Amino acid sequence: MLKNLANLERVINSDLSTTVKRSEIKFDQLFIEVDIIDLISAILFLKTNDKCRFKQLIDITAVDFPKNEKRFKIVYLLLSHENNLRIIISSSIDESISVPSITKIFPSANWMEREVFDMYGISFADHPDLRRILTDYGFEGHPLRKDFPLSGHTEVRYNEDKKKVVIEPVKLDQQYRNFDFESPWEGTKYIKDNQKNKSKEK
Amino acid sequence: MVKKTKTMNLNFGPQHPAAHGVLRLILELDGEVVEKIDPHIGLLHRGTEKLIEHKTYIQATPYFDRLDYVAPMNQEHAFALAVEKILNIEVPIRAKYIRVLFCEIGRILSHLLNITTQALDVGALTPSLWGFEERETLMTFYERVSGSRLHANYFRPGGVHKDLPIKLNDDIFSFCEQFPKILDQLENLLTDNRIFKQRNVDIGIVTKQEALDHSFSGVMLRGSGVPWDLRKSQPYEVYEDFIFKIPVGINGDCYDRYLCRMEEMRESTKIIKDCIKKMPSGPIKSIDGKISPPKRDDMKNSMEALIHHFKLFSEGYRVPSGEVYTAVEAPKGEFGVYLISDGSNKPYKCKIRAPGFSHLQAMDYLLKGHMLADVPAVLGSLDIVFGEVDR
Repeated sequence: MLKNLANLERVINSDLSTTVKRSEIKFDQLFIEVDIIDLISAILFLKTNDKCRFKQLIDITAVDFPKNEKRFKIVYLLLSHENNLRIIISSSIDESISVPSITKIFPSANWMEREVFDMYGISFADHPDLRRILTDYGFEGHPLRKDFPLSGHTEVRYNEDKKKVVIEPVKLDQQYRNFDFESPWEGTKYIKDNQKNKSKEK
Repeated sequence: MVKKTKTMNLNFGPQHPAAHGVLRLILELDGEVVEKIDPHIGLLHRGTEKLIEHKTYIQATPYFDRLDYVAPMNQEHAFALAVEKILNIEVPIRAKYIRVLFCEIGRILSHLLNITTQALDVGALTPSLWGFEERETLMTFYERVSGSRLHANYFRPGGVHKDLPIKLNDDIFSFCEQFPKILDQLENLLTDNRIFKQRNVDIGIVTKQEALDHSFSGVMLRGSGVPWDLRKSQPYEVYEDFIFKIPVGINGDCYDRYLCRMEEMRESTKIIKDCIKKMPSGPIKSIDGKISPPKRDDMKNSMEALIHHFKLFSEGYRVPSGEVYTAVEAPKGEFGVYLISDGSNKPYKCKIRAPGFSHLQAMDYLLKGHMLADVPAVLGSLDIVFGEVDR
């Protein structure tokens, strides 16, 4: 299988040389990185090319890197039944950019893109029906962004006086505790800082 | 003259016995014919992926039981494989056999529930009573090995939590001896049953091409005639050591999918028996003390074991940075985990690929032009469990 993967990498790099920014094989998997403008053509190529035949879309997801200049990385996982291979295509994007939808190539992308929109707030151009999917009706915010708190912003409860369900800001009886177990085995922070300073002085 | 008809909107669920959980469907009906379906999901959304990002790797495993709670261990398996791949650790051979054993038990658990509730949806009550009896027996095996019937938390990265208790193998084996007879009885009730066939044959037909386009996997794909099973095509653990068949359907309708599931249970029973016969002895989890917790009595004597235990259950272990996608053939289809680690003790990102999500998505296209009464039949054969669809 590894040999096939290397072959595939070669095919993709030669036929898609202008679009593929980076490709590597790690953990027996092929990762390629493309520009967001070339995304549609790259996926179309992978689906239709005789040597690739990635006929099935497995999943679409995004990753949030708040510190990066281009905040999100959008990831497409494809599977080829005929060649028994998988490929992972990724593309870094800005928060403001809307990603071209691939619902025309893979109908199943519809809900997957809705999920990415719901969870990360990435919008998709030409999507037939871009609504929230997993979160509650009237939910605000995008939960999987790293700056979204684990406890959320609002909580829902039934108000006995008003006789209806109300949405209120989260009130925690006990502050949420984020345990940071930095390993003392590698020395506590002040010792590490001291050591760094000492090595600098030298 | 063409008569103009008005379509009617109907709200199905979210608390309907045939909705298999909390599914809300907005149906657009023309008389009794379904014109459009808009499934509203997410009523069981618990933010599993967000929670996992805030937990150590050991703490994250139990969340996987709560996805597809009908076959919990199959889910844990995908996560354990992902972590092991990044950590690059070797799982002892006995642990692999135990995993295969319990994955196949999970498959029977899931298929039993699905077939019997599908029958329930189309009007047969008895299969569910018979099937649940067997499920209960299987869940006692879960209980004996992990301490709980459902949320086992048994497969850990590096192996399994505990070795099999004495005589469990014998009991599972004797269960497998008599289980095919139960399957025969179930088949007697359903396979040639006139009503069951009327409700399922030629309903919800999926062609090969459509199954691929809609990201179907598992029985949904095989029922349409695509011979694809990750246990065979991309073998993980020790599945190469077993001889088993992959049942494939012809017509891709609800009835073929039922037949596939029935046959898969028989194959699983064979794998389990084979697995028990071949099971070697030896350690059941990685011997790396930095990954798997020490034995209780070691902790009484060895300082190092005590430290390891303390560190594992407070800090957890650190996983080198990397990005990996692993998939297993869960009973419902391809269950995958896309894991990104940044070198700390918590996953940076853990995307869960649930098979039911893409199956449910196809509801609209599967049921267009069908009658209202076919909605539960198709829903039943999609094998939906909301724990994994909503995550």
